[in-house]
This record gives sequence, structure tokens and C-alpha cells, in this order.
Amino acid sequence: MSSTEHIVSHLHRDDIASRMGMWLFLFTELLLFGGMFILYSVYRYNNPDAFHLAAKELDTIIGTFNTAILLTSSLTMALSIAAIQRNNKSLSIFFQLMTVVLALGFMINKYFEWGVKFHYGIYPGSEKLLSKPTGEILFYGLYYVMTGLHGLHVLIGIGLILLMTYYTAKDIITYDNYMKLESAGLYWHLVDIIWIFLFPLFYLIT
Amino acid sequence: MMNENQHIEHKTHGYGIYVLVWIALMVLTGVTVAVAGINFGGITVATALLIASVKTYLVLTIFMHLRTETLVFKIFIGVALFFLIISFILLFTDYSFIVRN
Amino acid sequence: MNNNNTHISYLDYQGKHKGILGWLTSTDHKRIGILYLISLTIFLIVGIIFGLLMRLELLTPGKTIMDAQTYNSIFTLHGVIMIFLFVVPGLPAVFGNFFLPILIGAKDVAFPKWNLTSWYLYVIGGLLAILAILLPGGPSDTGWTFYIPYSVRTTTNVMFALFAAFILGFSSILTGLNFVTTVHRMRAPGMTWFKMPLSVWSFYATAWMQVLATPIVGITLLLVAIERFFKVGLFDPALGGDPVLYQHLFWIYSHPAVYIMILPAMGVVSEIIPVFARRTIFGYNFIAMSSIAIAFFGSLVWAHHMFTAGMSDTSQFIFSLLTMIVAVPSAIKVFNWVATLYKGSIDLQVPLLYVLAFIFQFTIGGLTGVMQGVLSIDIHVHDTSFVVAHFHYVMFGGTGFGFFAALHYWFPKMFGRMYNIKLAMRTFWGIFIGFNILYFPMFIMGWLGMPRRYYDYLPEYQIYHVISTLGSWILVPSVFLMFGYLVYFALKGKKVTEKNYWGGETLEWQIETPPIHENFEEIPIIKEKPYEYKSNDLVTQFSEAK
Repeated sequence: MSSTEHIVSHLHRDDIASRMGMWLFLFTELLLFGGMFILYSVYRYNNPDAFHLAAKELDTIIGTFNTAILLTSSLTMALSIAAIQRNNKSLSIFFQLMTVVLALGFMINKYFEWGVKFHYGIYPGSEKLLSKPTGEILFYGLYYVMTGLHGLHVLIGIGLILLMTYYTAKDIITYDNYMKLESAGLYWHLVDIIWIFLFPLFYLIT
Repeated sequence: MMNENQHIEHKTHGYGIYVLVWIALMVLTGVTVAVAGINFGGITVATALLIASVKTYLVLTIFMHLRTETLVFKIFIGVALFFLIISFILLFTDYSFIVRN
Repeated sequence: MNNNNTHISYLDYQGKHKGILGWLTSTDHKRIGILYLISLTIFLIVGIIFGLLMRLELLTPGKTIMDAQTYNSIFTLHGVIMIFLFVVPGLPAVFGNFFLPILIGAKDVAFPKWNLTSWYLYVIGGLLAILAILLPGGPSDTGWTFYIPYSVRTTTNVMFALFAAFILGFSSILTGLNFVTTVHRMRAPGMTWFKMPLSVWSFYATAWMQVLATPIVGITLLLVAIERFFKVGLFDPALGGDPVLYQHLFWIYSHPAVYIMILPAMGVVSEIIPVFARRTIFGYNFIAMSSIAIAFFGSLVWAHHMFTAGMSDTSQFIFSLLTMIVAVPSAIKVFNWVATLYKGSIDLQVPLLYVLAFIFQFTIGGLTGVMQGVLSIDIHVHDTSFVVAHFHYVMFGGTGFGFFAALHYWFPKMFGRMYNIKLAMRTFWGIFIGFNILYFPMFIMGWLGMPRRYYDYLPEYQIYHVISTLGSWILVPSVFLMFGYLVYFALKGKKVTEKNYWGGETLEWQIETPPIHENFEEIPIIKEKPYEYKSNDLVTQFSEAK
């Protein structure tokens, strides 16, 4: 083990350190959402029926579709890294752009989903929501905050990946210097993992 | 100009394995949805979480290249997950044994 | 060897920019440490002034110089500034940044640009916190703990404090992330884990807690802000929110935070004692592992802040037990330090004075902490001055004095100048005596029932308040005097060029004074453990006019 983890102290570039730093940052994201999952667990534990009832309003089909979109975007992201490792610059850019397209698709679905809810008067602070039992208010509070924060991370991810596409096109990311792309990939996969847990907990309670 | 210990050759995967994992993830998603329609109660939650964990494991090890990383990275993940899970468990000792309105 | 610039000290080095701009854009870990030191000291002084005002108010029951609302805001600001702007960043941001790379034989940290970013985030967060004072609505009056539902209902400027804390959290996370990676990847050849100096172990364990625990309070405070703005109901009891759940989430960070605060100070103590006892540290392995143990168990005890909040009995037993366990590794450190001093060749310099005070005060603070871990005692002392005394003994008497010790120990290396030792010793006594007169009475009156965060009180407590306030009038001028002479001598003190002023056995004492830009001309190869004092190895005998 020590041979692979050998000490590099005077180099300008240390890929392992870059990956380590990125993973540590991912832990902070994991725990950021983890705090909200804790919140969810307690409130669901204490309001099982209200959560069950409230979840009926969510569209399982859109949710499943969005899950498929995000999982596919993870695939394209991983493929973009495999491509650049094989010095296939245009294929890598293609896969990166595919990831962005899928991510945008996810966000558009989300926009419509939320739009429908707003149209029916179910949003934080609305009269209709506040007149429901507290368990349902909590469900929707969690729904909007958690999917909202997740959506914000998707948007940030889109920006990051587009930046990587620019770097790849400009040969700043190359077949032997692709740590930036790998970091963006790690971020994107974490966003996917969070959705992997969000999906059943909100859409599949019924 | 390229020092040979400048970047340890981080061998990751071929295209094929990523596609295989993707297929597995889609299948598992389908299973989760199907199961949700059938069972009731605590079993559904546990099953859903279990399947989600398997999917996460696949994403971590293959997509995020954890399988080809050195041991240090795996220990790191273990530490982070341990902290999250133990916080859950200890916090729930407060909620499982009390009823608060 | 081709660039003459490399032999100049880091203070005079000129990179892309000159002068102040050179300092504000520098990614040199040493300059960033100094930047932190300056900004930290400014915020510390503001926090001290708020404390002084609190003590003035408490001189008499009822209104003395301010009304109740103002008092609530002042103690909130005092807490927020001291905790988020001084004690949490404190030692890691100043001395970790300055010395961690040097101690492991590296030229900088793993991510120098993120290091500078963390300082800018710190400054922005600090300014946001202060800005709340100036805006209508007044500064937050919730206490630094922002408990719901009050933090959701109050009309004061809570949002600013929340966002300040959130941004400061990011600053802390970046520092932690940097230090973990640096220790793993940048140790000099030959420096195995068990050859690292003990302060590095402390910074490392602290860094892990910064990375893992901070995000939880980040999201919790963000959710309070969201609750105030959007009324989602998550933290509003009227809509189903659970106040005790808030407390859980808050303390899941804020308890490890206190270990983030104390561990680096303990690391500094472990550095200073071998030098001034001229002896290798007793039980190096145990001290190293206890840092990890403190980080580990410290993450499991948070609910001991909530024993009276309405938790389940089962939960209370579990957390009380875990609290007993977490005291053990701390005690191990204290035993090992004392064992090192015993029959050592003691050289009672200023850093050692502060360290001895640390051991005395941390023991009192730690033991009173264990007392509160006992459920039956906590029922009576929770939310009394007893708690206030406890945490000031560990955070100020512990970390604060550790910070002062580090300042006096590493001063010659950092600035290439030396302070007047006699003056420093006398000032120490002012600080030590003032500190104990200020805080010890709080134990007594807390035990007798004096509540904390109370603006008014029964006449029977007044004598303790008077003594305490008198203590603050000895402490604060002494601390300000200390800052004053440190600044003066940093700029105008007698120059020091010797590499090893105190006779230390760690890497910082083998490089130039002050260090050159890249710390080392050549990365050293490590063969020995640190603190290996041998009788024929005594380095520079410095002389000073006594």
C-alpha cells in the first residue's frame, strides 16, 4: 500500500491530492443533505399516515422518468472521462454535452412538476397547504427544500460541466491531464446519488 | 518535463463496464418502483433503501472509480458514512423511545 | 538557486504584486496565517469589548447601563464572534496555516489558492456578522445557538447572523479539507505517521471534524433562514416543526466544534512542554491516538447539551455514558504532559507559563464538564452560570491560553524579532489572575442557582457578580496590553536571526528565521522521531538580560 501512496512533496501537480480534496468536499455535500435526510426520517417516523397521504399528489411517472434521466447522465459523464483517457477529444465533448442535455431535461421536468403543484396552490406558505394537517405541511416543506436544493446542485453541475467542455475544447483538459473533468464527474455522480435516495423517499411512499 | 511520478497512472474502466452498470441501475430502479406498488409498511421502506444502497455502491465503485483507488480513499468514505450513520442511530434513540406531540 | 528572491524571508518576498496587494493576493501559507492573525485579533477585540459590556451590566441587578433587549443582543454577538470568529478558526487558521507545512517538511499546503479563499470567506462572514449591528431591527437576540421557535419569530436581524455563520462554516471546511490532504500527501520523505509532531496529529484530527461536522450546522442554519423566509414549517412548531430536533441537528456540529476548538491548543501544549522540560514527551503514541479518540468520541456526545430539553430517558443514559468516555483521552493527555514535566529540566519561559495555566484551567474546565455529564447534577446546573464558567475555563482558559502560548512560542520564528520577556511575564500574571477572578465565582453562583443569559437577578448573587466584574477589569487591560506589546515588538523588537531560539526539536527550528518563501532550501529527509532530547544535543543557549 505504501508504494502506491508514496510521498510527493515537491511537485507542481499531484493528482491524488486533487482527488482527495474533491472527495473531502463531496463528504461535506453528503452531510449537508444528510442533515435533511435526518430531518425527513424523524418527521416521517412521527407522521407516517400524513406522509403517505401527501405523497399521493406526487407523480410517480415523472419521478421515475427523471431518475432514469439522471442515471443516464451519470453514464454519459463516466463515458466522457473514459473517452478523454483514450485521447478521443470529440467523443468526450459529445458525452459531456449529452450530460448537460440530460441534466437540462431533468430540470425542465422539475419545472413542470413544481408548476403543476403551484397551480393547485400547494407551495410553502400557501393558504391551501397551511390548512392541511401538520404532517402534510412537513412533507411538502421537505419536498420543496430537498428537491429544490438538489435542483440547485444540478444547475451548478450544468455550469461546471459546460466549463469542462470549454476546457476540453481548448486542450486545457487532455488525455494526460484530466483531473478537472474527473472532479466534475465526481460531483455529478454525488448529485445522482442524492437523487437515488430522494426518489423512493418522496415518490414511492404510496 | 513530465516527471514520471507526477501522476500515478490511474487506470479506470473501459466503456463497456459503464454501460453494464447503467443497465443494472435501470433495472434496479424498475424493481424499486414495482416493489413499492406491492408491499406495505416498514418492509417497503427497508427494501427501497436497500436497493438505493446497492445502486449507490455501484455508482461509487464503478462510476466514481473507488474500486481502483488506494485503500486510503475507501477508509475516507467509511469514516464519512460512519459519522452520518451513527448520527442517525444516536438521534433515533431519542425518538424511538418517546412520544412527543 | 537561480532566483535570488528565494533567499529572502517570506515577509519581504515579492511575487507578482507588491506591498499590501502582494499580501492580499498571496497564496503563501505563512502570509495567509498572518492575515488570519490580524483579522482574528480585530474580531477578538470586538468580542472582548462585548464581554466587558456584559460584565458592566451585570454589576447590579436590574438595569445598569442597558435595557434587556440590548443585553440579549450583546450576549448573542459576544457568543457568535467569540465562537465563529475566534475560537473555531483560531489556532488552525493562524498556526496551522503558518506551521503545519513546515512541521511536516513541505513547501506549502495542498491547495494554496483554496487557502486564500478561506481567508476571504472568513472576512466576509465576519463583516456580515458585524453589519447586523448597524441595520434597523438590531442584531440578533437569540443567543449564538439560534434555538427555534424564537429564532424564527424574532424581528431582529437573524438572517445576517445565519448567513455569516454559513459562510464562516465554508471557510472552516476549506481549511479542514486542505489540512487533511496536506498531511496525507505532503509529508517529507521518511516522516511516517508516528514521526509527525503531535501538533500535526491535533490539526489532522481537527480537520476531519471541520469537514464532517460543519455541513450539518450549515444546513440547519440555512433551514432556519428558509423557515423565516418561506414558512416551510420544518422549524415552526405551529406547522409541525420539532424544536428538539433542531437542537439535535444544531449540537451534532456544535459539540464537535468544541473539540475543534480545544484539540489544536492541546497540540500546541504537546509542542511546548518537551522544549521547556528539555525532555522527550511521555507517551507520544498515546497522545497521538488520543487526538483521534477525542475526535471520534467527541462526535457522539452532542445531546448532553439537551438533557433538560425533553429527551427520552434511554437517550439521556446513552449520551451521559458517552460523555464519561470522551473525558478519558483528554485526561490521558493531561497525565502525559504532567509526566513529561515531572523531573524534567524546567526552563520557565513565557510559553511554558501559559501552558501551565492551560493545564490548571483545562483540568478545572474538564472536570466540571464531566460533572455536567452526570444527569442528576445537570438538571440543577443546566442554563446556570456554572455552565458559563465551565465553557470559559475550557475555551478561554484552555484554547485562549493555548493561543497565547503559541503566540509567545512561535513569535521569534514568525517575525524574526523578540518581545521583552519580563514584560510578557508580568502581563501573563495579570491575565491569569484576572481570568480566574472573573470566572471562578460563576461556578459558585451557578451552583447556587444564578441563571445564565439573565439580565436581572436576585440580590443574593450580587457579590459574585461584583467580584467577577472586577476580575474582568484586571483581565481585559492585561490582554490588551499583551496585544499591544506583541504588535510593537513584531514591528520594532530586537531582531532575531538564529534558527533555533528555544532549542526545539521540530522542523520549524531548523529553517531560517523568519522562514524563506518556500520554507526549505531542500526538502529534508526525516530519520528521527520528534522531541528526541539527548544531553549532547542541546542547541543554542540564548541569553537574555534578566
